[in-house]
Amino acid sequence: MFSRAYKTAVTVPPLAWVAVFLLVPYLLMFCYSFWAVSPAQTIVHAWNFANYEELLQKPVYWQTLLRSMWIAARVMLFSLLLGYPLAYFLSFYAGKRKDLLYQMVIIPLWVSYLVRAYAWKTILGADGVLNTSLQYAHLISHPLDFLLYSPFAVVLTLTHIYTPFAFLPIYAALEHIPRNLVEASHDLGATPAQTFWKVIFPLSIPGVLAGATFAFVLSLGDFLAPLLLGGPSGIMISNIVVSLFGAAYNWPLGAAISLAMLVLVVSLLYFSERLEKKWSFS
Amino acid sequence: MELLVSAAANSPRSRWLLAHAAVVFGFLYLPIAVLILYSFNGQGVGGFPPRNLTLDWYRMLFADGAIWDSVFNSLQVAFAAMAISLMFGVPAALALDRAQFPGKALFRRLVLLPLILPGIITGLSLLMLFNLASLKLSLLTITLGHGTALISVATTEVFAGLQKLDRAQEEASLDLGANYWQTFWRVTVPNLKLSIIGAALLIFTLSMDEIAVSFFLIGRNNTLPLEIWGRLRRGITPEINAVSTIIFVFSLVTIVFWYRLRVRSEGGADLGAELLETSEEA
Repeated sequence: MFSRAYKTAVTVPPLAWVAVFLLVPYLLMFCYSFWAVSPAQTIVHAWNFANYEELLQKPVYWQTLLRSMWIAARVMLFSLLLGYPLAYFLSFYAGKRKDLLYQMVIIPLWVSYLVRAYAWKTILGADGVLNTSLQYAHLISHPLDFLLYSPFAVVLTLTHIYTPFAFLPIYAALEHIPRNLVEASHDLGATPAQTFWKVIFPLSIPGVLAGATFAFVLSLGDFLAPLLLGGPSGIMISNIVVSLFGAAYNWPLGAAISLAMLVLVVSLLYFSERLEKKWSFS
Repeated sequence: MELLVSAAANSPRSRWLLAHAAVVFGFLYLPIAVLILYSFNGQGVGGFPPRNLTLDWYRMLFADGAIWDSVFNSLQVAFAAMAISLMFGVPAALALDRAQFPGKALFRRLVLLPLILPGIITGLSLLMLFNLASLKLSLLTITLGHGTALISVATTEVFAGLQKLDRAQEEASLDLGANYWQTFWRVTVPNLKLSIIGAALLIFTLSMDEIAVSFFLIGRNNTLPLEIWGRLRRGITPEINAVSTIIFVFSLVTIVFWYRLRVRSEGGADLGAELLETSEEA
Protein backbone atom coordinates (compact mmCIF):
# COMPACT_ATOMS: atom_id res chain seq x y z
CA MET A 1 0.00 0.00 0.00
CA PHE A 2 2.95 2.35 0.45
CA SER A 3 4.44 3.68 -2.75
CA ARG A 4 8.07 3.49 -3.68
CA ALA A 5 8.42 7.25 -3.16
CA TYR A 6 7.03 6.97 0.37
CA LYS A 7 9.43 4.20 1.25
CA THR A 8 12.35 6.15 -0.15
CA ALA A 9 11.30 9.27 1.74
CA VAL A 10 11.22 7.48 5.09
CA THR A 11 14.29 5.34 4.46
CA VAL A 12 16.93 7.56 2.90
CA PRO A 13 17.23 10.45 5.40
CA PRO A 14 17.64 8.30 8.54
CA LEU A 15 19.89 5.91 6.66
CA ALA A 16 22.12 8.76 5.51
CA TRP A 17 22.25 10.37 8.96
CA VAL A 18 23.06 7.12 10.71
CA ALA A 19 25.71 6.32 8.10
CA VAL A 20 27.46 9.68 8.60
CA PHE A 21 27.13 10.00 12.38
CA LEU A 22 27.33 6.38 13.53
CA LEU A 23 28.75 4.07 10.89
CA VAL A 24 31.56 6.38 9.71
CA PRO A 25 32.68 7.25 13.28
CA TYR A 26 32.82 3.59 14.29
CA LEU A 27 34.77 2.78 11.12
CA LEU A 28 37.05 5.72 11.80
CA MET A 29 37.79 4.29 15.22
CA PHE A 30 38.64 1.01 13.51
CA CYS A 31 41.08 2.81 11.17
CA TYR A 32 42.67 4.83 13.96
CA SER A 33 43.46 1.66 15.87
CA PHE A 34 45.90 0.68 13.08
CA TRP A 35 47.60 4.08 12.88
CA ALA A 36 50.44 5.54 14.96
CA VAL A 37 51.63 8.72 16.65
CA SER A 38 54.85 10.26 15.38
CA PRO A 39 57.44 11.71 17.80
CA ALA A 40 56.20 15.14 16.70
CA GLN A 41 52.77 14.23 18.13
CA THR A 42 50.97 13.91 14.82
CA ILE A 43 48.86 10.98 13.68
CA VAL A 44 50.64 8.92 11.02
CA HIS A 45 48.57 6.74 8.71
CA ALA A 46 51.10 3.90 8.84
CA TRP A 47 48.94 0.79 8.92
CA ASN A 48 50.19 -1.77 11.41
CA PHE A 49 49.26 -3.92 14.39
CA ALA A 50 51.60 -2.20 16.86
CA ASN A 51 48.76 -0.88 19.05
CA TYR A 52 47.24 -4.32 19.43
CA GLU A 53 50.65 -5.81 20.20
CA GLU A 54 51.19 -3.21 22.89
CA LEU A 55 47.73 -3.99 24.27
CA LEU A 56 48.63 -7.65 24.63
CA GLN A 57 52.19 -7.17 25.84
CA LYS A 58 51.84 -4.48 28.47
CA PRO A 59 50.23 -6.06 31.55
CA VAL A 60 48.70 -2.74 32.66
CA TYR A 61 46.21 -2.83 29.78
CA TRP A 62 44.89 -6.35 29.99
CA GLN A 63 45.09 -6.38 33.77
CA THR A 64 42.94 -3.25 33.93
CA LEU A 65 40.57 -4.79 31.42
CA LEU A 66 40.29 -7.90 33.59
CA ARG A 67 39.74 -5.77 36.68
CA SER A 68 37.00 -3.85 34.87
CA MET A 69 35.33 -7.12 33.89
CA TRP A 70 35.57 -8.31 37.49
CA ILE A 71 33.98 -5.07 38.73
CA ALA A 72 31.29 -5.34 36.04
CA ALA A 73 30.65 -8.99 36.95
CA ARG A 74 30.13 -8.08 40.60
CA VAL A 75 27.81 -5.22 39.64
CA MET A 76 25.85 -7.63 37.44
CA LEU A 77 25.59 -10.24 40.20
CA PHE A 78 24.50 -7.78 42.90
CA SER A 79 22.03 -6.06 40.56
CA LEU A 80 20.43 -9.43 39.84
CA LEU A 81 20.39 -10.42 43.51
CA LEU A 82 18.67 -7.16 44.37
CA GLY A 83 16.54 -6.86 41.23
CA TYR A 84 15.18 -10.37 40.74
CA PRO A 85 13.46 -10.93 44.11
CA LEU A 86 12.13 -7.37 43.90
CA ALA A 87 10.66 -8.01 40.45
CA TYR A 88 9.23 -11.34 41.63
CA PHE A 89 7.67 -9.69 44.67
CA LEU A 90 6.11 -6.92 42.57
CA SER A 91 4.81 -9.24 39.91
CA PHE A 92 3.35 -11.96 42.14
CA TYR A 93 2.78 -10.57 45.62
CA ALA A 94 2.31 -6.80 45.47
CA GLY A 95 -1.37 -6.89 44.46
CA LYS A 96 -2.89 -3.45 44.04
CA ARG A 97 0.28 -1.59 45.03
CA LYS A 98 2.09 -3.04 42.01
CA ASP A 99 1.91 0.05 39.77
CA LEU A 100 2.97 2.42 42.51
CA LEU A 101 5.93 0.24 43.51
CA TYR A 102 6.92 -0.12 39.85
CA GLN A 103 7.04 3.66 39.52
CA MET A 104 9.09 3.80 42.70
CA VAL A 105 11.75 1.58 41.12
CA ILE A 106 11.86 3.83 38.06
CA ILE A 107 12.07 7.18 39.88
CA PRO A 108 15.73 6.86 40.97
CA LEU A 109 16.60 6.44 37.28
CA TRP A 110 15.57 10.05 36.78
CA VAL A 111 18.08 11.36 39.24
CA SER A 112 21.18 12.17 37.25
CA TYR A 113 23.73 9.39 37.13
CA LEU A 114 26.45 11.85 38.10
CA VAL A 115 24.46 13.17 41.03
CA ARG A 116 23.87 9.68 42.41
CA ALA A 117 27.59 8.90 42.19
CA TYR A 118 28.25 12.20 43.96
CA ALA A 119 25.68 11.34 46.66
CA TRP A 120 27.53 8.09 47.39
CA LYS A 121 30.74 10.06 47.66
CA THR A 122 29.19 12.27 50.34
CA ILE A 123 27.97 9.15 52.15
CA LEU A 124 31.18 7.12 52.03
CA GLY A 125 33.84 9.79 52.60
CA ALA A 126 36.07 9.97 55.69
CA ASP A 127 33.89 12.75 57.14
CA GLY A 128 30.90 11.58 55.13
CA VAL A 129 27.44 10.75 56.35
CA LEU A 130 28.13 7.09 57.12
CA ASN A 131 31.32 7.61 59.11
CA THR A 132 29.97 10.54 61.11
CA SER A 133 26.75 8.62 61.89
CA LEU A 134 28.72 5.63 63.13
CA GLN A 135 30.91 7.91 65.24
CA TYR A 136 27.82 9.69 66.54
CA ALA A 137 26.43 6.33 67.62
CA HIS A 138 29.84 5.47 69.16
CA LEU A 139 30.12 2.35 67.03
CA ILE A 140 33.53 3.40 65.73
CA SER A 141 36.07 5.85 67.10
CA HIS A 142 38.00 6.58 63.89
CA PRO A 143 36.50 7.04 60.44
CA LEU A 144 36.62 3.94 58.23
CA ASP A 145 38.82 5.07 55.36
CA PHE A 146 38.49 2.00 53.15
CA LEU A 147 34.95 2.93 52.14
CA LEU A 148 35.72 5.62 49.59
CA TYR A 149 38.39 5.49 46.87
CA SER A 150 38.21 1.73 46.45
CA PRO A 151 36.75 -0.81 44.03
CA PHE A 152 34.12 -1.38 46.74
CA ALA A 153 32.82 2.19 46.32
CA VAL A 154 32.68 1.74 42.54
CA VAL A 155 30.82 -1.58 42.76
CA LEU A 156 28.37 -0.16 45.31
CA THR A 157 27.63 2.94 43.22
CA LEU A 158 27.30 1.08 39.93
CA THR A 159 25.05 -1.51 41.61
CA HIS A 160 22.88 1.34 42.81
CA ILE A 161 22.72 2.75 39.29
CA TYR A 162 22.10 -0.50 37.39
CA THR A 163 19.75 -2.36 39.77
CA PRO A 164 16.69 -0.68 38.17
CA PHE A 165 18.09 -1.62 34.73
CA ALA A 166 18.36 -5.25 35.83
CA PHE A 167 14.92 -5.10 37.43
CA LEU A 168 13.02 -3.76 34.39
CA PRO A 169 13.46 -6.60 31.87
CA ILE A 170 13.08 -9.24 34.62
CA TYR A 171 9.83 -7.64 35.70
CA ALA A 172 8.63 -7.47 32.09
CA ALA A 173 9.44 -11.17 31.62
CA LEU A 174 7.65 -12.15 34.85
CA GLU A 175 4.61 -10.10 33.86
CA HIS A 176 4.41 -11.97 30.56
CA ILE A 177 4.15 -15.37 32.23
CA PRO A 178 0.57 -16.57 31.75
CA ARG A 179 -0.89 -16.85 35.25
CA ASN A 180 -2.81 -20.01 34.36
CA LEU A 181 0.53 -21.84 34.05
CA VAL A 182 1.28 -20.97 37.67
CA GLU A 183 -2.23 -21.99 38.65
CA ALA A 184 -1.95 -25.28 36.78
CA SER A 185 1.33 -26.08 38.50
CA HIS A 186 -0.28 -25.34 41.85
CA ASP A 187 -3.39 -27.41 41.07
CA LEU A 188 -1.27 -30.35 39.99
CA GLY A 189 0.25 -30.45 43.44
CA ALA A 190 3.57 -28.64 43.07
CA THR A 191 4.84 -26.81 46.14
CA PRO A 192 5.44 -23.05 45.78
CA ALA A 193 9.18 -23.73 45.58
CA GLN A 194 8.70 -26.30 42.82
CA THR A 195 6.40 -23.93 40.94
CA PHE A 196 9.02 -21.22 41.17
CA TRP A 197 11.99 -23.29 40.04
CA LYS A 198 10.21 -25.40 37.40
CA VAL A 199 7.75 -22.89 35.94
CA ILE A 200 8.41 -19.28 36.84
CA PHE A 201 12.19 -19.08 36.87
CA PRO A 202 12.81 -20.84 33.52
CA LEU A 203 10.24 -18.55 31.88
CA SER A 204 11.96 -15.47 33.28
CA ILE A 205 15.41 -16.36 31.99
CA PRO A 206 15.24 -14.08 28.92
CA GLY A 207 14.58 -11.15 31.27
CA VAL A 208 17.45 -12.19 33.54
CA LEU A 209 19.80 -12.37 30.55
CA ALA A 210 18.72 -8.95 29.29
CA GLY A 211 19.11 -7.40 32.75
CA ALA A 212 22.48 -9.07 33.31
CA THR A 213 23.75 -7.90 29.93
CA PHE A 214 22.72 -4.29 30.59
CA ALA A 215 24.32 -4.20 34.03
CA PHE A 216 27.54 -5.81 32.83
CA VAL A 217 28.00 -3.91 29.58
CA LEU A 218 27.12 -0.47 30.92
CA SER A 219 29.29 -0.77 34.01
CA LEU A 220 32.19 -2.24 32.02
CA GLY A 221 32.62 0.98 30.05
CA ASP A 222 32.08 3.38 32.92
CA PHE A 223 34.77 5.95 33.66
CA LEU A 224 33.05 8.58 35.80
CA ALA A 225 32.31 6.49 38.89
CA PRO A 226 35.93 5.25 39.04
CA LEU A 227 37.23 8.83 38.65
CA LEU A 228 34.95 10.09 41.37
CA LEU A 229 35.01 7.19 43.84
CA GLY A 230 37.53 4.60 42.70
CA GLY A 231 40.89 5.94 43.77
CA PRO A 232 44.05 4.41 42.27
CA SER A 233 42.91 0.82 42.94
CA GLY A 234 39.53 1.38 41.30
CA ILE A 235 40.81 2.52 37.88
CA MET A 236 38.90 0.91 35.02
CA ILE A 237 39.75 0.38 31.37
CA SER A 238 37.82 3.44 30.17
CA ASN A 239 39.91 5.65 32.47
CA ILE A 240 43.00 4.53 30.56
CA VAL A 241 41.25 5.33 27.28
CA VAL A 242 40.30 8.78 28.60
CA SER A 243 43.91 9.55 29.49
CA LEU A 244 45.15 8.25 26.13
CA PHE A 245 42.76 10.64 24.40
CA GLY A 246 43.72 13.46 26.76
CA ALA A 247 47.06 14.18 28.37
CA ALA A 248 48.85 11.05 27.12
CA TYR A 249 47.85 11.92 23.53
CA ASN A 250 47.88 8.51 21.92
CA TRP A 251 44.60 8.31 20.01
CA PRO A 252 45.57 5.22 18.03
CA LEU A 253 46.27 3.15 21.16
CA GLY A 254 43.13 4.55 22.78
CA ALA A 255 41.18 3.55 19.66
CA ALA A 256 42.60 0.03 19.79
CA ILE A 257 41.50 -0.38 23.42
CA SER A 258 38.06 1.07 22.64
CA LEU A 259 37.73 -1.31 19.75
CA ALA A 260 38.68 -4.26 21.94
CA MET A 261 35.94 -3.12 24.31
CA LEU A 262 33.48 -2.74 21.42
CA VAL A 263 34.19 -6.27 20.19
CA LEU A 264 33.80 -7.65 23.71
CA VAL A 265 30.50 -5.82 24.22
CA VAL A 266 29.03 -6.70 20.83
CA SER A 267 29.93 -10.38 21.21
CA LEU A 268 28.36 -10.41 24.68
CA LEU A 269 25.20 -8.88 23.24
CA TYR A 270 25.22 -11.47 20.47
CA PHE A 271 25.55 -14.42 22.84
CA SER A 272 22.98 -13.06 25.23
CA GLU A 273 20.58 -12.62 22.32
CA ARG A 274 21.19 -16.23 21.19
CA LEU A 275 20.57 -17.49 24.73
CA GLU A 276 17.45 -15.36 25.13
CA LYS A 277 16.03 -16.83 21.90
CA LYS A 278 16.78 -20.31 23.13
CA TRP A 279 15.01 -19.72 26.42
CA SER A 280 11.98 -17.80 25.20
CA PHE A 281 8.98 -20.07 24.92
CA SER A 282 6.90 -18.12 22.44
CA MET B 1 -5.76 -17.07 41.25
CA GLU B 2 -7.01 -14.53 43.78
CA LEU B 3 -7.20 -17.32 46.33
CA LEU B 4 -3.70 -18.40 45.50
CA VAL B 5 -2.39 -14.88 45.93
CA SER B 6 -4.10 -14.21 49.23
CA ALA B 7 -3.07 -17.61 50.54
CA ALA B 8 0.48 -16.86 49.48
CA ALA B 9 0.39 -13.34 50.87
CA ASN B 10 0.77 -14.56 54.44
CA SER B 11 3.40 -17.20 53.81
CA PRO B 12 6.89 -16.81 55.26
CA ARG B 13 8.05 -16.67 51.64
CA SER B 14 6.11 -13.48 51.01
CA ARG B 15 7.36 -11.94 54.24
CA TRP B 16 10.95 -12.58 53.17
CA LEU B 17 10.25 -11.05 49.79
CA LEU B 18 8.62 -8.04 51.41
CA ALA B 19 11.62 -7.55 53.70
CA HIS B 20 13.97 -7.85 50.73
CA ALA B 21 11.92 -5.33 48.77
CA ALA B 22 12.07 -2.91 51.71
CA VAL B 23 15.87 -3.27 51.83
CA VAL B 24 16.21 -2.66 48.08
CA PHE B 25 13.99 0.41 48.21
CA GLY B 26 16.04 1.66 51.16
CA PHE B 27 19.22 1.17 49.13
CA LEU B 28 17.74 2.93 46.08
CA TYR B 29 16.44 5.91 48.02
CA LEU B 30 19.19 6.39 50.63
CA PRO B 31 21.48 8.51 48.40
CA ILE B 32 18.54 10.57 47.16
CA ALA B 33 17.37 11.24 50.70
CA VAL B 34 20.90 12.18 51.78
CA LEU B 35 21.25 14.44 48.75
CA ILE B 36 18.07 16.35 49.51
CA LEU B 37 18.59 16.47 53.28
CA TYR B 38 22.09 17.91 53.05
CA SER B 39 21.03 20.59 50.58
CA PHE B 40 19.47 22.23 53.65
CA ASN B 41 22.40 21.60 55.99
CA GLY B 42 24.18 24.70 57.23
CA GLN B 43 27.34 22.74 58.07
CA GLY B 44 27.84 21.66 54.48
CA VAL B 45 27.84 18.14 53.08
CA GLY B 46 28.53 15.28 55.49
CA GLY B 47 28.54 15.39 59.24
CA PHE B 48 25.87 13.63 61.25
CA PRO B 49 23.39 14.68 62.48
CA PRO B 50 22.60 17.51 60.07
CA ARG B 51 22.25 20.80 61.92
CA ASN B 52 21.49 24.49 61.29
CA LEU B 53 18.95 23.88 58.56
CA THR B 54 19.17 26.71 56.06
CA LEU B 55 18.19 27.86 52.58
CA ASP B 56 21.57 29.55 52.08
CA TRP B 57 22.76 27.03 49.52
CA TYR B 58 19.68 27.68 47.42
CA ARG B 59 20.26 31.42 47.72
CA MET B 60 23.85 30.97 46.66
CA LEU B 61 22.70 28.79 43.77
CA PHE B 62 20.26 31.39 42.47
CA ALA B 63 23.04 33.98 42.44
CA ASP B 64 25.44 31.62 40.62
CA GLY B 65 25.65 32.80 37.01
CA ALA B 66 27.82 29.92 35.75
CA ILE B 67 25.27 27.28 36.81
CA TRP B 68 22.38 29.06 35.13
CA ASP B 69 24.41 29.55 31.95
CA SER B 70 25.03 25.82 31.90
CA VAL B 71 21.33 25.10 32.54
CA PHE B 72 20.48 27.33 29.59
CA ASN B 73 23.09 25.55 27.43
CA SER B 74 21.67 22.16 28.44
CA LEU B 75 18.14 23.27 27.58
CA GLN B 76 19.28 24.44 24.13
CA VAL B 77 21.08 21.15 23.51
CA ALA B 78 18.16 19.07 24.77
CA PHE B 79 15.60 20.82 22.55
CA ALA B 80 17.80 20.66 19.47
CA ALA B 81 18.72 17.02 20.15
CA MET B 82 15.04 16.22 20.56
CA ALA B 83 14.31 17.79 17.16
CA ILE B 84 17.11 15.83 15.44
CA SER B 85 16.18 12.51 17.07
CA LEU B 86 12.52 12.86 16.15
CA MET B 87 13.24 14.13 12.65
CA PHE B 88 15.26 11.01 11.87
CA GLY B 89 13.93 8.56 14.44
CA VAL B 90 10.28 8.72 13.37
CA PRO B 91 11.01 8.03 9.66
CA ALA B 92 13.45 5.32 10.77
CA ALA B 93 10.63 3.59 12.66
CA LEU B 94 8.37 3.90 9.60
CA ALA B 95 11.14 2.50 7.40
CA LEU B 96 11.71 -0.46 9.73
CA ASP B 97 7.97 -1.12 9.86
CA ARG B 98 7.08 -0.68 6.20
CA ALA B 99 10.00 -0.73 3.82
CA GLN B 100 12.39 -3.44 2.68
CA PHE B 101 15.87 -2.27 1.84
CA PRO B 102 19.34 -3.77 1.70
CA GLY B 103 21.14 -3.58 5.04
CA LYS B 104 17.90 -3.30 7.03
CA ALA B 105 19.09 -5.67 9.77
CA LEU B 106 22.39 -3.81 10.08
CA PHE B 107 20.57 -0.48 10.15
CA ARG B 108 18.30 -1.63 12.98
CA ARG B 109 21.26 -2.79 15.05
CA LEU B 110 23.30 0.33 14.31
CA VAL B 111 20.49 2.68 15.38
CA LEU B 112 20.07 0.89 18.70
CA LEU B 113 23.78 0.54 19.41
CA PRO B 114 24.34 3.88 21.22
CA LEU B 115 21.68 2.90 23.76
CA ILE B 116 23.54 -0.25 24.77
CA LEU B 117 27.16 0.66 24.09
CA PRO B 118 29.15 2.40 26.82
CA GLY B 119 28.90 6.14 26.09
CA ILE B 120 32.66 6.50 25.86
CA ILE B 121 32.79 4.54 22.58
CA THR B 122 30.10 6.64 20.91
CA GLY B 123 31.63 9.83 22.30
CA LEU B 124 35.15 9.06 21.13
CA SER B 125 34.18 7.86 17.68
CA LEU B 126 32.20 11.10 17.15
CA LEU B 127 35.20 13.07 18.41
CA MET B 128 37.26 11.41 15.67
CA LEU B 129 34.66 12.34 13.06
CA PHE B 130 34.52 16.00 14.12
CA ASN B 131 38.29 16.10 14.27
CA LEU B 132 38.47 14.75 10.72
CA ALA B 133 35.91 17.31 9.56
CA SER B 134 37.84 20.06 11.41
CA LEU B 135 34.66 20.97 13.24
CA LYS B 136 35.42 22.93 16.39
CA LEU B 137 33.99 21.38 19.56
CA SER B 138 31.04 23.38 20.87
CA LEU B 139 27.44 22.98 21.92
CA LEU B 140 26.76 22.09 18.29
CA THR B 141 28.95 18.98 18.42
CA ILE B 142 27.27 17.92 21.68
CA THR B 143 23.87 18.44 20.06
CA LEU B 144 24.84 16.31 17.07
CA GLY B 145 26.09 13.62 19.46
CA HIS B 146 22.94 13.59 21.59
CA GLY B 147 20.67 13.85 18.56
CA THR B 148 22.35 10.84 16.95
CA ALA B 149 22.61 8.67 20.06
CA LEU B 150 18.97 9.29 21.01
CA ILE B 151 17.50 8.44 17.59
CA SER B 152 17.40 4.97 19.15
CA VAL B 153 14.85 6.15 21.72
CA ALA B 154 12.58 7.79 19.14
CA THR B 155 12.79 4.75 16.88
CA THR B 156 11.98 2.17 19.59
CA GLU B 157 9.09 4.20 21.02
CA VAL B 158 7.51 4.99 17.65
CA PHE B 159 8.12 1.48 16.32
CA ALA B 160 6.24 0.09 19.35
CA GLY B 161 3.42 2.56 18.60
CA LEU B 162 3.30 1.49 14.94
CA GLN B 163 2.79 -2.14 15.94
CA LYS B 164 -0.54 -1.14 17.47
CA LEU B 165 -1.57 1.19 14.65
CA ASP B 166 -4.45 0.11 12.45
CA ARG B 167 -3.24 0.52 8.89
CA ALA B 168 -6.80 0.54 7.56
CA GLN B 169 -7.09 4.19 8.55
CA GLU B 170 -4.11 5.19 6.47
CA GLU B 171 -5.39 3.05 3.63
CA ALA B 172 -8.79 4.75 3.79
CA SER B 173 -7.13 8.16 3.78
CA LEU B 174 -5.13 7.27 0.67
CA ASP B 175 -8.15 5.73 -1.06
CA LEU B 176 -10.17 8.86 -0.41
CA GLY B 177 -7.63 10.92 -2.30
CA ALA B 178 -5.29 12.30 0.34
CA ASN B 179 -1.66 12.20 -0.68
CA TYR B 180 1.08 10.58 1.43
CA TRP B 181 2.12 13.89 2.99
CA GLN B 182 -1.45 14.67 4.10
CA THR B 183 -1.98 11.12 5.29
CA PHE B 184 1.23 11.27 7.33
CA TRP B 185 0.32 14.50 9.11
CA ARG B 186 -3.43 13.91 9.47
CA VAL B 187 -3.63 10.18 10.16
CA THR B 188 -0.26 8.64 11.03
CA VAL B 189 1.10 11.33 13.35
CA PRO B 190 -2.13 11.88 15.36
CA ASN B 191 -2.31 8.12 15.92
CA LEU B 192 1.28 8.04 17.10
CA LYS B 193 0.87 11.15 19.22
CA LEU B 194 1.51 9.44 22.54
CA SER B 195 4.53 7.49 21.35
CA ILE B 196 6.01 10.68 19.95
CA ILE B 197 5.37 12.75 23.07
CA GLY B 198 6.71 9.93 25.25
CA ALA B 199 9.84 9.69 23.09
CA ALA B 200 10.28 13.47 23.15
CA LEU B 201 10.11 13.62 26.95
CA LEU B 202 12.47 10.69 27.33
CA ILE B 203 14.97 12.17 24.85
CA PHE B 204 14.77 15.54 26.57
CA THR B 205 15.45 14.09 30.03
CA LEU B 206 18.21 11.77 28.82
CA SER B 207 19.92 14.64 27.01
CA MET B 208 19.71 16.92 30.05
CA ASP B 209 21.46 14.22 32.09
CA GLU B 210 23.91 12.93 29.47
CA ILE B 211 27.59 13.12 30.37
CA ALA B 212 29.60 10.22 28.88
CA VAL B 213 29.22 11.37 25.25
CA SER B 214 29.27 15.11 26.11
CA PHE B 215 32.49 14.61 28.07
CA PHE B 216 34.43 14.20 24.81
CA LEU B 217 32.53 16.68 22.64
CA ILE B 218 32.53 19.67 24.96
CA GLY B 219 33.83 23.02 23.73
CA ARG B 220 34.11 26.15 25.82
CA ASN B 221 30.48 26.17 27.03
CA ASN B 222 29.48 23.61 29.65
CA THR B 223 26.24 21.72 29.85
CA LEU B 224 24.84 21.34 33.36
CA PRO B 225 26.20 17.84 34.06
CA LEU B 226 29.65 18.92 32.89
CA GLU B 227 29.49 22.07 35.01
CA ILE B 228 28.63 19.88 38.00
CA TRP B 229 31.43 17.51 37.06
CA GLY B 230 33.92 20.38 36.91
CA ARG B 231 32.92 21.52 40.39
CA LEU B 232 33.08 18.02 41.84
CA ARG B 233 36.67 17.78 40.70
CA ARG B 234 37.43 20.90 42.76
CA GLY B 235 35.59 19.78 45.88
CA ILE B 236 32.20 19.12 47.39
CA THR B 237 29.72 21.96 47.86
CA PRO B 238 26.08 21.78 49.00
CA GLU B 239 25.19 23.99 46.05
CA ILE B 240 25.40 20.79 44.01
CA ASN B 241 22.91 19.17 46.38
CA ALA B 242 20.63 22.16 45.91
CA VAL B 243 20.74 22.16 42.11
CA SER B 244 20.30 18.35 42.04
CA THR B 245 17.29 18.59 44.32
CA ILE B 246 15.67 21.15 42.04
CA ILE B 247 16.30 18.99 38.96
CA PHE B 248 14.95 15.93 40.77
CA VAL B 249 11.72 17.74 41.56
CA PHE B 250 11.41 18.84 37.93
CA SER B 251 12.00 15.28 36.69
CA LEU B 252 9.42 14.00 39.13
CA VAL B 253 6.84 16.42 37.73
CA THR B 254 7.74 15.29 34.20
CA ILE B 255 7.34 11.62 35.12
CA VAL B 256 3.98 12.17 36.75
CA PHE B 257 2.85 14.08 33.66
CA TRP B 258 4.11 11.35 31.34
CA TYR B 259 2.65 8.58 33.45
CA ARG B 260 -0.79 10.22 33.51
CA LEU B 261 -0.66 10.62 29.75
CA ARG B 262 0.17 6.94 29.34
CA VAL B 263 -2.41 5.72 31.80
CA ARG B 264 -5.04 7.71 29.93
CA SER B 265 -4.03 5.97 26.71
CA GLU B 266 -4.30 2.63 28.54
CA GLY B 267 -0.60 2.03 28.69
CA GLY B 268 1.82 2.30 25.81
CA ALA B 269 4.87 0.09 25.63
CA ASP B 270 6.50 -0.02 29.03
CA LEU B 271 10.16 0.70 29.52
CA GLY B 272 10.98 -2.79 30.79
CA ALA B 273 9.45 -4.51 27.79
CA GLU B 274 11.33 -2.10 25.57
CA LEU B 275 14.66 -2.81 27.21
CA LEU B 276 13.93 -6.50 26.80
CA GLU B 277 13.15 -6.01 23.13
CA THR B 278 16.08 -3.70 22.59
CA SER B 279 18.51 -6.28 23.84
CA GLU B 280 16.85 -8.95 21.74
CA GLU B 281 17.05 -6.86 18.60
CA ALA B 282 20.57 -5.59 19.02
